[in-house]
Amino acid sequence: MSKRSIEIWVGVFVSAGIAALIMIAMQVSNLSSMSTGNTYQVKAVFENIGSLNVRSPIKASGVLVGRVSDISYDDQHYAATVTLSIKSHVKFPKDTSASIYTAGLLGEQYIGLTPGADEEYLAEGDTIMFADAAIILEKLVGQMMLNKLSD
Amino acid sequence: MTSVLRVIADLMSNVGQSGLHFFARVGRSIQFLLTLFRALPSLLPRPDLIIKQLYSVGVMTIVIVLVSGAFVGLVLGLQGYNVLVRFNSESSLGTMVGLSLIRELGPVITALLFAGRAGSSLTAELGLMKATEQFSSMEMMAVDPFKRVIAPRFIAGIISMPLLAAIFSAVGILGGYFVGVGLLGVDAGAFWSQMQNSVDFYEDFMNGVWKSIAFGFTSTWIALYQGYDAVPTAEGVSRATTQGVVNASLVVLALNFIITALTLETN
Repeated sequence: MSKRSIEIWVGVFVSAGIAALIMIAMQVSNLSSMSTGNTYQVKAVFENIGSLNVRSPIKASGVLVGRVSDISYDDQHYAATVTLSIKSHVKFPKDTSASIYTAGLLGEQYIGLTPGADEEYLAEGDTIMFADAAIILEKLVGQMMLNKLSD
Repeated sequence: MTSVLRVIADLMSNVGQSGLHFFARVGRSIQFLLTLFRALPSLLPRPDLIIKQLYSVGVMTIVIVLVSGAFVGLVLGLQGYNVLVRFNSESSLGTMVGLSLIRELGPVITALLFAGRAGSSLTAELGLMKATEQFSSMEMMAVDPFKRVIAPRFIAGIISMPLLAAIFSAVGILGGYFVGVGLLGVDAGAFWSQMQNSVDFYEDFMNGVWKSIAFGFTSTWIALYQGYDAVPTAEGVSRATTQGVVNASLVVLALNFIITALTLETN
C-alpha cells in the first residue's frame, strides 16, 4: 500500500464521516428548522398553557411562522406569559388573537394565530390582546358530565 | 474448627489478591494514560503518523460498520413498523428509527464493532511488538514508543469513532427509510418530518457525538493498554487481545448506561 493511496483512503473516510454528520444534522435533527432567521418578539398572556413548551411551533393557517421562545409565570396577574418569536417578514394586525391548539388527539401543542382586521401591525414588544387558554381535556369531560347530569 | 477458619482465611486471601490485582491494573492503566497524554504534543509536527493509523483504525473498519449499520436500520424499520402499525402510528417510524440510532444504537454498536475490529488489532500489534522487544529497541535508539507508536494510534481511534458512528447512523436511517417507505408504504414526507420534529440538534445529535467520542477514547485506551501491558509470550498476547475486546465492550455498555442516565431528560 503506497503512501499516496493510504492518504486517499483516509481522505475518503474522513469526508464520508463528515458528510454523514452533516446529513444527520441537517436532514434528521431539527437544526435546519431551528434557524428561523430574524424574528420579532411578541408577548401573550394565557390563563393556562397546557403542555406548551419553549420551541413549540407558532402557526397561522397551519403554516409555521415562528416558535415560542420563553414561558414564565406572572404572579401579578396569576397567568402565564408566553414570548412568541415570529419571523420578521410575517406581519400580523394588532388585534390578532392567539389560541393554544393540539395537533391531533395526542400530538404536541402549538399556538395558532388568527389575524384580525386592524390597520396597524404588531411590533417588537407588543402584547397580543386576545389569548385563549389551552383546552384541558379533564375540564371538558367534567363539563360534559355536568351537562349530562343536569339534563 | 481451625480447618474452617483456614478455609475462610484462604477464601478471603483469594478475594483480596484478586482485588489488589485489579486495582494494580487500574492504576497502571491510568499511569499509562498519563504518559500517553504527555506524549500527545509531540504529534503536532508529525500528522503523517496519525494519517497512517487513521487508515488501519478507521478506513479498515468502514466496511463492517456500513454493512451492520444497513442491517440494523433494516431490522429497526421492520420491527418498528410492526409495533407502530398496531397503534395506527406508523408515520412515527422515522422518529423511532432516528432517535434510537442517533442516541443509542449508533454510538454503542459502532463502539462494539470498533473494539472487535480495530481494538483487537491494536492490542495484538502492540502485544507482538512487546513480545519481540521492539519497544526496548526503540528506547535504545532514543525513540519514545509512546510518541512514535502509541499516541498516533490513540488519536486515530478518537478521531475515527465519531465518524464511524455517524456513518453507521446515516446508513441505518437510510436502511430504515428503505424498509419503511420503500417496502411497507409509510409516507416519505411523514417519515422525515416526524424525525426532524422529534430529533433535537443539541439534545440528541450532539449527545450521540459526545457519546461516540467518549467510547472511542475508552475503547482505544483499553485496547492500547492491554497490548502494552501484555505478558510478552504468544499466550499472553492472545489473552490480552481477548481481554481487551471483552473489557472494552463491557466498559462501553456500562458507560453508555451512565451517560444516558445522566443526560436523558425525564422531565
